Amino acid sequence: MSVGVVMLVHTAFGRAEQVVRHWSAAGCPVVIHVDKNVSRKAFGAFRQSLANVPDVSFSKRYRCEWGTWGIVAATQTASEQMLASFPDVRHVYLASGSCLPLRPVQELVDYLADRPKTDFIESATTADVPWTVGGLDAERFTLRFPFSWKRQRVLFDCYVALQRRLRVNRRVPGGLLPHMGSQWWCLTRQTLSAILQDPARAEYDRYFRRVWIPDESYFQTLVRQYAIKIESRSLTLSKFDFQGKPHIFYDDHLQLLRRSDCFVARKIWPHAHRLYDAFLTDPSGAMKKSEPNPGKIDRIFAKAVQRRTRGRAGLYMQSRFPREDWENEVTAAPYSMFQGFAELFENFEPWLAKATGARVHGHLFAPEQAYFAEDQTVMNGALSNSATLRDYNPHGFLTSLIWNTRGERQCFQFGPRDNQAINWRIATDPNAQISVISGAWAVPLFRSNANFLDLRKAAAQLQRTESEHLDVLRSTWIKARVRIWTMADFIEAPMEPLQTILDEIGPTAQHRLSEVPRMVDLNGFGQFLQNLKNQGMHPYLMGDFPVEQGDAVVDRDRPRKPYLVR
Amino acid sequence: MAPPTLWSRYKLRLRRKRLLWRGFRSRHKLTPVQNHTRQIAPADILLFATVRNEALRLPYFLQHYRALGVRHFLIVDNGSDDGTLDLLKAASDVSVWQTDAPYKSARFGMDWLTWLLMRYGHGHWTVTVDADELLIYPQWETRDLTVLTTQLTSEGHRSLGTLMLDLYPKGSPDSQRYHAGEDPLPILPWFDGHGYWCERRGQHQSVSVLGGVRARMFFQRAPEFAPVLSKVPLVKWHRSYVYFSSTHVALPQLLNAHHDLDGRERLTGVLLHTKFLPGTGARARTEKARGQQYTRGSAHDAYYDALAEAPDLWVPESIKFTGWRQLVDMGLMFRGPW
Repeated sequence: MSVGVVMLVHTAFGRAEQVVRHWSAAGCPVVIHVDKNVSRKAFGAFRQSLANVPDVSFSKRYRCEWGTWGIVAATQTASEQMLASFPDVRHVYLASGSCLPLRPVQELVDYLADRPKTDFIESATTADVPWTVGGLDAERFTLRFPFSWKRQRVLFDCYVALQRRLRVNRRVPGGLLPHMGSQWWCLTRQTLSAILQDPARAEYDRYFRRVWIPDESYFQTLVRQYAIKIESRSLTLSKFDFQGKPHIFYDDHLQLLRRSDCFVARKIWPHAHRLYDAFLTDPSGAMKKSEPNPGKIDRIFAKAVQRRTRGRAGLYMQSRFPREDWENEVTAAPYSMFQGFAELFENFEPWLAKATGARVHGHLFAPEQAYFAEDQTVMNGALSNSATLRDYNPHGFLTSLIWNTRGERQCFQFGPRDNQAINWRIATDPNAQISVISGAWAVPLFRSNANFLDLRKAAAQLQRTESEHLDVLRSTWIKARVRIWTMADFIEAPMEPLQTILDEIGPTAQHRLSEVPRMVDLNGFGQFLQNLKNQGMHPYLMGDFPVEQGDAVVDRDRPRKPYLVR
Repeated sequence: MAPPTLWSRYKLRLRRKRLLWRGFRSRHKLTPVQNHTRQIAPADILLFATVRNEALRLPYFLQHYRALGVRHFLIVDNGSDDGTLDLLKAASDVSVWQTDAPYKSARFGMDWLTWLLMRYGHGHWTVTVDADELLIYPQWETRDLTVLTTQLTSEGHRSLGTLMLDLYPKGSPDSQRYHAGEDPLPILPWFDGHGYWCERRGQHQSVSVLGGVRARMFFQRAPEFAPVLSKVPLVKWHRSYVYFSSTHVALPQLLNAHHDLDGRERLTGVLLHTKFLPGTGARARTEKARGQQYTRGSAHDAYYDALAEAPDLWVPESIKFTGWRQLVDMGLMFRGPW
């Protein structure tokens, strides 16, 4: 038989035994290394359980601790034993006790027989790959690591710091160029024996003994000296999480693993009965010639890492509650806030809904209640329109509305009557598109039938509020896309700004506006403002309105550029 | 959130010690009815609960948690008269203590559980829940609690944060039909997907989630009294730990640090809350009569009065529960690196 398996075991002996029998049944000799930390009793029982299996032997035991030389020493000794006792072996496959063959062993044997001179070992220079977790990449090879990272963390960290301060820079022997990669390889007899019998091996070993995690670099570096043909990939499928720990495969990964066409996967949960049953007992008659295809698995696990390291923007919950201003984005999706439009146009909300296809709400932050689109009292997924609930946590109200309606653009009206507590959050949210017609709050007052003294009081209040809001929108910390027009500027040529806003909302908007919203009748508005002035209350936010509205439209030379911040 | 000062940490330590002492004292109140705790093996996952008249929910409750890999149940029965005790005694993996002491003055049963946790929970992964709470988490159908706790341990965590999700039927809860032992989900498939909010509780370095259907129905005018929905039901217990305010907060504070301040996501679960099974109205009435329920001012009185009517909680915007993936997609539960 041409493939031999070197297996490193330290736990879950029942499963290891199963897998050893599986390899052996297909005719592959197995050399097993059992960690020296395993008790003599457990080792004896394991050895006994495999006594009747042919071509299985145990190698000298070393203490294997993660990140230390022991694992390499164990691999070397077991490999030597393999090469010496089984002269027919052409490829040596390094596996662990938690590795599980996914395809019939014969397929692996055939695959390797077709590639007799190829070494399968992931091997990349440290400069080119961002794999390392924890900030030690090139330094793995230039510093010394005599302390255990797991047991002697303080010493480990101090010694690294000390060496950095002393500018320790170890020389790599023999002009080797350090390479790194997955610990699990499959090498040809030629390459492996060349590494193990190298006259300079003692020197190399002395160097790598103090390298950090040598099992990911010893063979990966030395193989570059001798190999005829390197395929820089591991035949063992293994994925790593954000901390650099291997992902574990469970029963629910069965279909995924089947479709991966990989030969071996690790690490398998020892109690994953379905996986072991499916892959070790299922003869799976039809022999496939397909190449391993771990792409799909790669994507799924990349997503898991991203979830853990970045999280979903705009989501606030128990497990994800970023500090203010630390979040990637305040909200989950783009949205638009309109100020003064619903006051100036009679049918602005239905018109906007029709022109953009977006969900257009009324004043979400109105003092009485939240006015949802289509007069709903409860929004998707039961967000209540109660003003008390909303004002208890206005920021949460907005982020959860945007989060829960992902995929449908939200627009809402705003104004100086509304709860102003969220002004800063919206203004600093890159997802927000804010369009303001300043002074339009005067239109409902103008059209109302209230006593003038009350109107004057209300106007003064609203003007003060809006002015403060505009100060926010004009500050330098703004991240939203803000446009502000005075009412006088806006009504001169309303179509141009409206078109700009719609274009920005996106592809759902039609190219040209076919229908325009109806503006309210402003006859006498100039006089209304003048009356306020006569009462000593100077409305200035709406720009210059002449007393007679008819004259205002004549002056066409004035620039009508929207006021665009950022 | 300001980092805790030495003084505030010391105050919390005193509070924890006081609660431990209360729990230790309360051991005299418990009479063992059936003690099978000799069966407990070192790595077993244990479940602790206080129950009163839960014969309706317990059969499925036990089944659910057995399937999740709970090896032993340690239950305090607080004066049930509906056959709960017989039901518990019939099971060989259940140890039962009985007490007729008032529930409220035992911190709603937490003092009793503090003692049991201290005595039996040390060194085990422990689930502490009410009989109407069913724990689920990402992949729960295929990965039992052994797998989950291994994952949590490998990430360096000693606890799992959860959101309590109120499930409700369409129509009045009392007009439904449910038989003991059935899966309650087909009867209570609806929940509020929206209307949750988080508050930092600086005092305990935790983030509390509030809101949900009960806030929408009963606390519109007094959101600050809305039920807290975040809980810490799964903890690798140590005898110096203690639950503070039901299982919402545990001490020391590190057990509550489920939130990630840098915006990343950590693995969390959901407690499916089966409060709104038939009998809701009657239960609210008897609880009120006993005066043993949790109250904090008039907002709560109004809440219990409203509950006694067993109102319909369903609205067209309610969301139908389809499984854990849905909760993950909606952002109510987090897969973390899983």
